[in-house]
Amino acid sequence: MKRNLKVKLTLLLAVSIVSIFLLSGCGKSYDATLKVYNWGDYIDKSVITDFEKEYNIKVIYSTFTTNEDMYVSLKSGASSYDVVFPSEYMVKRMINEDMLHKLNMDNIPNFKYIDDKFKNLPSDPNNEYSVPYFWGTLGIVYNKTMVDDPVDSWEILWNEKYERQILMLDSQRDSIGLTLQMLGYSMNTRNLDELEEAKQKLIEQKPLVLAYVGDEVKDKMVGGEAALAVVWSGEAVAMKWENPDLEYVIPKEGGNLWFDCAVIPKVSKNKEAAELFINYLCDPEIAFRNTDYIGYSTPNTETMKMLDEEVLNDIAAYPSDEDIANAEVFDDVSDALELYDRIWTEIKAK
Amino acid sequence: MRFLKRFYVGIIFFFLYAPIIILMIFSFSDSKFRGHWGGFTLRWYVELFRDREIMSALYYTVLIAVLASLIATIIGTIAAIGIHNMGKFGRNIIINLTYLPMLNPDIVTGISLMILFVFLKVERGFFTLLLAHITFNIPYVIFAVMPKLKQMNKHLYEAALDLGATPSYAFRKVILPEIMPGVVTGLILAFTLSIDDFVISYFTTGAGVSNLSIVIHSMARLGINPSINALSTLMFITVLLLLLIVNKRSSNNSRKENAV
Amino acid sequence: MKKGWIAYPYVVWLIMFIFVPLLLIVFYSVIKTTDQGIVFTLEHFQRFFEPIYIMVLLRSLYLALISTVICLLLGYPLAMILASKDYRHKRVLLLLVVIPMWMNFLLRTYAWLTLLEKNGVINSFISFLGLPKMELLYNQGAVVLGMVYNFLPFMVLPIYSVLIKIDKSIIEAAEDLGANSRVVFRKVIFPLSLPGVVSGITMVYMPAVTTFVISRLLGGGQFTLIGNLIEQQFLYTGEWGFGSALSLIMMILILFSMAIMSKYEKENEGGGLF
Repeated sequence: MKRNLKVKLTLLLAVSIVSIFLLSGCGKSYDATLKVYNWGDYIDKSVITDFEKEYNIKVIYSTFTTNEDMYVSLKSGASSYDVVFPSEYMVKRMINEDMLHKLNMDNIPNFKYIDDKFKNLPSDPNNEYSVPYFWGTLGIVYNKTMVDDPVDSWEILWNEKYERQILMLDSQRDSIGLTLQMLGYSMNTRNLDELEEAKQKLIEQKPLVLAYVGDEVKDKMVGGEAALAVVWSGEAVAMKWENPDLEYVIPKEGGNLWFDCAVIPKVSKNKEAAELFINYLCDPEIAFRNTDYIGYSTPNTETMKMLDEEVLNDIAAYPSDEDIANAEVFDDVSDALELYDRIWTEIKAK
Repeated sequence: MRFLKRFYVGIIFFFLYAPIIILMIFSFSDSKFRGHWGGFTLRWYVELFRDREIMSALYYTVLIAVLASLIATIIGTIAAIGIHNMGKFGRNIIINLTYLPMLNPDIVTGISLMILFVFLKVERGFFTLLLAHITFNIPYVIFAVMPKLKQMNKHLYEAALDLGATPSYAFRKVILPEIMPGVVTGLILAFTLSIDDFVISYFTTGAGVSNLSIVIHSMARLGINPSINALSTLMFITVLLLLLIVNKRSSNNSRKENAV
Repeated sequence: MKKGWIAYPYVVWLIMFIFVPLLLIVFYSVIKTTDQGIVFTLEHFQRFFEPIYIMVLLRSLYLALISTVICLLLGYPLAMILASKDYRHKRVLLLLVVIPMWMNFLLRTYAWLTLLEKNGVINSFISFLGLPKMELLYNQGAVVLGMVYNFLPFMVLPIYSVLIKIDKSIIEAAEDLGANSRVVFRKVIFPLSLPGVVSGITMVYMPAVTTFVISRLLGGGQFTLIGNLIEQQFLYTGEWGFGSALSLIMMILILFSMAIMSKYEKENEGGGLF
């Protein structure tokens, strides 16, 4: 056994050494380093390589799983990220908690390409802290062959005809939010009675729900596992492409509008390089490469001109202003999180 | 009876490997969607090698797993020997404290270590990640080595000393061979835990140092890039091949020994 | 051999990286930040005693228990077969039991989705045979399956390592004295294998109680387990106090059940492999 062990260890060691050489690369010297913290698979990697070549700045790229993971990691302060991509409600929270640098817009001239309707978002009214990166809506995806009722309201998710054919999101704010909207309340309410009502509705819905899912909702709908699902628009685009039986709808109650934005946390040691990177991402060509790879909707007007007619007319990718007239954007409710969490736990644990 | 045994083993192995076979099959599917066959393709394998993030994560995953399991095994074995020779009171306290990382949910261990590193003003990165891995590996090594120590005849060591051996010689030639099975078990367990850890790694690593688990989990919002399936397939085949090679050599060796 | 002192470096490590973080957790669980500063409180513990949280804990303990029992029922025969002299390549087979654990856990769980879905592999096979499709997913069975799948090797290894060390001559002696194989098992093999069984139960039960990925993916998020609850506190609500209290409660419970179990084992846990 000893000899086996030696052989195994030697082989492992050899592999490790070889890979060390392969990956350490030839020592290039860069002018600066930039630490980027983003969602997984949320950028075209060639964009990073090109940025490095053009500005001679080394990019260290890390990924996070959820806004909350990112927040805990950043708040603890042990890592000095330069550019981070939180969602809108998290941007608001970080602004409120004084975690972000103000942006020097003179260093981000490409900001002019961002569509006006995405400037001055509720999370950052004067665009002092954030630049939109991708945006989308939250709506319903349904399988045409499995649903014969008209799908235009969140209420269809409570229709007993589709028992165990409904997929809800395993996300507190999204699921509670859409219920609140269906009942006519704000998705950002802190009102105990309204939340209780939403809670009761969701508990009522439980027997009809096949599962509370995360990203696997896409695979399931494409595979025909369920008739109805709550889904983010970026995914809906890809899903419809793969399975033509699927349709995406923004409910008449309004739906939800979301944004992921680029921000510079105060712990950053390299604000100029960060602004350079953000500016780079707003370049129409670069934004096009990103939206092409990821499939989500870009806020860049010039980039939109480069897209196919088909994509621009797709309500899932680029809803018109009427479609999103009543959409609501999530606000930071961190003071009421305990309330939301308790309700969510009560819903799930029943 | 013989057939029944083989059948049972076969069923269990089928159960254990069914998901892996599925993974491997779909690594060749020309579709970004799990479980949806889109035609045969090798593009995920090509994309895999171009993806610097995944390659870097692979490098760190293997490096950390190898280093952490080796170091943890050394520290753990020495610790086990020390604990074995302690008085009952000290031993019980240490044993119960050693249980703790195993009892804690990963997130608690991860966050508490993160707080500790912040408090000590240590910048998170490769070093802190390694420390964290070693920390949660050591208990498994200790608990793998201890029984073999208990089982060992305590007089062997003294006998060796009596016969003129120096303490270190006696350790190497008498104690170590006796406890080696436990040490190897500990090493394997530690390696297994390190290679697939997410939560603890996430909170104890720094910018630029990711392991495969972190990369895979962070793809959860947008969907797992099928290059990961390709990577898993390659890793699995590599490990299998290594195992077969090593097994061949050991059976060759035993055949030679038997022949002599 | 009074060389207890060589453990001291480890003791230092223990204190720094295990004990101190533990103190932090205890600290968080009994304090609360108010406008007057940090205040000592037991309200996090009190909050646990609401029926909904107790139910979550009980459900976790229950599911973990079932999974552990099934692991034992499936794993013990496997360990026995592998440990018996009929197998030439038992070491390789044993490693083959471990190797699936080296593939990413999330990926393997996703693969189970592909297997168990309505239009998944198993159901496609079943309907090919003309039988009606079954709902194999999003129920307690699926969660248990996921747990058993994930923890089975941790049960097999300790039992195997103890079984191979059983002195063959004892078994032969029993057989010589007229015992048939069932009696040999009941009176000789099983009692001697108990340390391995206890070790296996420990290594399966503890992580099974705190797992949360399995219940989320295979249970369709419909079974909130204590692991989910704790994760929510640390990440979503920022209620580290409540999360710490929950962890402590769990730790105490598990230590307690292990203390009971340690009455059944004279020798300590784990075992060598070869």
